[in-house]
Amino acid sequence: MNRTVTDQLAELIRINTSCLPEDVESALVSARAAATSPAELQVLDALLENAHLARDGATPVCQDTGTPTFFFTVPPRTDEVSLRKAAEAAAERATANGWLRRNTIDTLTGASIDSNALPGEMPVCHFRADPDAKAVTVSLLQKGGGSENMSRQFSLPDGELGAGRDLDGVRRCILRAAWEAQGYGCAPGILGVCVGGDRAEGYLAAKEQLLRPLGDDSPDPALAELERRVLREANSLGIGPMGLGGKTTLLGVKIAVRPRLPASYFVTVAYCCWACRRHTVTLKTEGGAL
Amino acid sequence: MIEVRYPFTETVVRNLHAGDAVRVSGRVCTGRDRFHKFLADGGECPVDLRDGALFHCGPVVVPEGGSWRIVAAGPTTSIREEPYEADAIARLGIRVIIGKGGMGANTLEACRRFGCVYLQAVGGAAALTARRIRRVAGVHFLETFGATEACWEWEVEGLEAVVGMDAHGGDLFAKVREASAARLEALGKEDA
Repeated sequence: MNRTVTDQLAELIRINTSCLPEDVESALVSARAAATSPAELQVLDALLENAHLARDGATPVCQDTGTPTFFFTVPPRTDEVSLRKAAEAAAERATANGWLRRNTIDTLTGASIDSNALPGEMPVCHFRADPDAKAVTVSLLQKGGGSENMSRQFSLPDGELGAGRDLDGVRRCILRAAWEAQGYGCAPGILGVCVGGDRAEGYLAAKEQLLRPLGDDSPDPALAELERRVLREANSLGIGPMGLGGKTTLLGVKIAVRPRLPASYFVTVAYCCWACRRHTVTLKTEGGAL
Repeated sequence: MIEVRYPFTETVVRNLHAGDAVRVSGRVCTGRDRFHKFLADGGECPVDLRDGALFHCGPVVVPEGGSWRIVAAGPTTSIREEPYEADAIARLGIRVIIGKGGMGANTLEACRRFGCVYLQAVGGAAALTARRIRRVAGVHFLETFGATEACWEWEVEGLEAVVGMDAHGGDLFAKVREASAARLEALGKEDA
């Protein structure tokens, strides 16, 4: 019996909302091992216990189940409308099951859209066509609002930061964003960064970097070096888990680059809380049909 | 670990100091963005918060058997309520604020003046926090604000937190912010 795409996407939400990715959990374990202050130990112990409870009980890791954001990579001539509808049905089902919070608000009236599904608008779906793809692959990112509020975009040069249009300027922007976030975005965080692009592409590419595993390096040696350096320097700020002070302020920094206009040089930082919920699956479809 | 239980008297609250680990029990009410805006616009608070605790929290709830199951709960970022909180403390007699990330100078001053503390719960530890909620005693504004922004009245037992801001001007977050600002400045002087 082949499960429908809706079934598979609902299952993806259930796993993603309740199971912290292994690499993120490992990073928290390492942070716990490095911690010395009572507050940092208390917070990290609670986060690790919470991760186990959520996984065992299939309940959300964090009550802010975030904006469910699906990144679909699709073969040519894929029916994207059907995928979007399946994502909407999956979000509605996941909400009824308590895997997603009633987390969608009509911006002007303030009314709660209890289903978390709005045709064509929610959940958020991004599509990328891959001419070589044989099947649909989908990554789900659930990033909470507290961390989304701490994302930043800088336009270089920035005189106040002493940041020019070079990698040292980029470094200054990223450190500034990590500092501004303090404990507001649920540190220890993960930073997805985009250098270049227009404003919209910058935010999207920065967010997409959050899908990268913590252990990988940018394929560009200069960016890989910058990722390591900024991570090290941010962790010397002493902000620590929840902004209570400590050794681990960030778990990772992931930097991408995009072409830009001559007039623009944006550095966009997507701040993700420690509960960086991401998971990727390949959809199984009967005879290639959706 | 210091145990505090509703009703929270001024004496109990003034004996807490930034950095103390506490466990909160008894009645706790949630209120977040919509609630604070509603109060600021002149709305009447539907619950008696005198000597009470206000929890910045929007839970995951599922209706069950005529009541509600709290699936996940935890603190939301408190700084968004900074424009409103000092007035709320003065007007409603709130003694305990529970949230995450800390608040600003106006709230700190209201804590000092009226006898209130800000407790930092563990952000995102929603499965853990949900286990501390023993009973749903009531809910207000469910229709108008929705389940996430509604004011939930809960009985909690042993909710773990750290005193982030006390009634004597003590503020853990401000210390971290200042020290990290100095370090950031030093990093800015390092070579590219």
